[in-house]
Amino acid sequence: MSEILSAAVSIAFHGLAFAMVLYLITVGLSVTMGLMGFVNLAHGMFAMFGGYAMTTLMNGYGVPFPLALAAAVVIVGAVSVVFERVLYRRLYGGAELDQVLLTIGLIFMSVAVAKYFWGPLAQLFQPPEVLRGQIDLGFREFPTYRSFLILCGAVLVTGLWLALDRTRFGAMIRAAVDNLRMAQSVGINTSRLFTLSFALGSGLAALGGGLGAEILPIYPGYATDYLIYFLIVVSVGGLGSIRGPFFAALLLGISDTAFKYLLPELGSFFIYALTLALLMWRPRGLVSSG
Amino acid sequence: MALLSEDRTVAGAIEIFARRHRFRWYEVLPWLVAASCYVAFPNYLALGAQVLAAILFGLSLDLVLGYAGIVTLGHAAFFGTGAYAAGLLAAHGWGEPLSGLLVAAAAAAAVGFVTGAVILRTHGLTLLMQTLMVATMLHEVANKANSITGGADGLQGMVVRPVFGLYRFDLFGKTAYWYCLGVLFIGWLVMRRIVFSPFGRSLTGVRENEARMHAIGSPVFRRRLVAYTISAALAGVSGALIAQTTQFVATDALGFERSGTILIMLLLGGIGRLYGAFIGVPLYMILQDRFAAIDPVYWYFWIGLLLVVVVMFFRGGAIGTGERLLQWLRRR
Repeated sequence: MSEILSAAVSIAFHGLAFAMVLYLITVGLSVTMGLMGFVNLAHGMFAMFGGYAMTTLMNGYGVPFPLALAAAVVIVGAVSVVFERVLYRRLYGGAELDQVLLTIGLIFMSVAVAKYFWGPLAQLFQPPEVLRGQIDLGFREFPTYRSFLILCGAVLVTGLWLALDRTRFGAMIRAAVDNLRMAQSVGINTSRLFTLSFALGSGLAALGGGLGAEILPIYPGYATDYLIYFLIVVSVGGLGSIRGPFFAALLLGISDTAFKYLLPELGSFFIYALTLALLMWRPRGLVSSG
Repeated sequence: MALLSEDRTVAGAIEIFARRHRFRWYEVLPWLVAASCYVAFPNYLALGAQVLAAILFGLSLDLVLGYAGIVTLGHAAFFGTGAYAAGLLAAHGWGEPLSGLLVAAAAAAAVGFVTGAVILRTHGLTLLMQTLMVATMLHEVANKANSITGGADGLQGMVVRPVFGLYRFDLFGKTAYWYCLGVLFIGWLVMRRIVFSPFGRSLTGVRENEARMHAIGSPVFRRRLVAYTISAALAGVSGALIAQTTQFVATDALGFERSGTILIMLLLGGIGRLYGAFIGVPLYMILQDRFAAIDPVYWYFWIGLLLVVVVMFFRGGAIGTGERLLQWLRRR
């Protein structure tokens, strides 16, 4: 009995840590898809380059972990503005197919660029001394870094939700997702809103990529190989929603961990089947906006 | 006066509708090129056969993507189903190729019909995800069913008998070339017939304005499902062609890369234009070969850049750009 319980706790713990990383990476994608109606398959590359920026600063220049992470977020957020202004913006409201193909092209390029600068292997990621090893939580020991990840995720999720509910910027995003034309009519500068939320989403993805470098290793195939996870979270969660992807990430993170643990042979098959079933049941996602 | 001009426009429209399905002189060009390639490049016939089969795959994708407006990331599901159907038949003693093609078409159509009936009720990103999920699940099944499919190492022991019992598949790919060309020709006739039929018109209607098609009483879901099923059958035939001519199938026939690549090929040629695949597939293969020769490690960077440039500046791919160029020349 205690064995089953201990397995359940392990699954819940690792699933939760995975879910936090998935949520951080995909929340921006959900907002940009809901807000601008843009099918952005290349979102994962922002997470990847966040991870690269962080590991390079840490391993190459000895920058401490929190500082390197913050720098990665700022760099990726700033660079994403260029992408938004030069490429994405031109296809807002355009054909879905063009958006898909444009972002597939970007993925191809991101793979090549990552390989060119950092080589084909996964980046070495060493958490700082305090976050290594195990931590004793009274009833059993847990890996320290993953506990930190869950804590970080919880704080960020709370902050993000509060910000969306309480701040002016959050209200503007909600207004634009619900009814873009009305939002424009009441004088919201949606063009700037798009750019800002795109940058914010990419920055969060970089944060997720950096923090999650231990769970989702940073290597050139990042944007393609994990694409399916990101898309599952976003489509199951519901476009334009901030809460939806959180529940979807929890569901995916925990069930993925559980299936890999209990049924390693058929694990991913069940995940896909579950996604298909969930999307049949709620085609607009668990939490649909508007 | 106004009445007269209205009459004239109606007559003009009728004229256009009455003529649009007729054969044009340039429609013979692809076949002339294909035939002359047989003479010009006798050492590349095996590759040529692959290109022809891939064109059929592109044609099938054009039906759902270009005409019915269903954006799919999982068309390899049907390609792979057809390839495995033909492959498994040939590996278990049924090596007659033409009946193999028919079985492959039926198997792929069945998969297309069943999955389409489930997923075509959704739209946008959800539909995109559903198509991706279906293909990924099939890929996963083929991977796990190692004892039947041979997994990533490929299916072993395919024996394909001669076409019509007369033409043996040779080492140089002569038979394979004509075989693929013949099947592609039939596939093209079928596609052409569908696209210019009233059914094809209603598909375009669904693509352009689904709400209006509902409003005029068109059975939108049924139309999309039929198109999806036909397209799946054609994709299955294409997969079977490649399986039979190379006598090999591996799980990558169902992979995401195959779904993505054919999408890119069609984009380069021009989507929704019937001839997009005829131009896009060879163009992609030539470009990939050139890029790989110039930059063997990072060639996909240039493919990606090309994709971005085509989407941003060359709407409609090669054919669309050509059309605009012709219009511009005429105006001058």
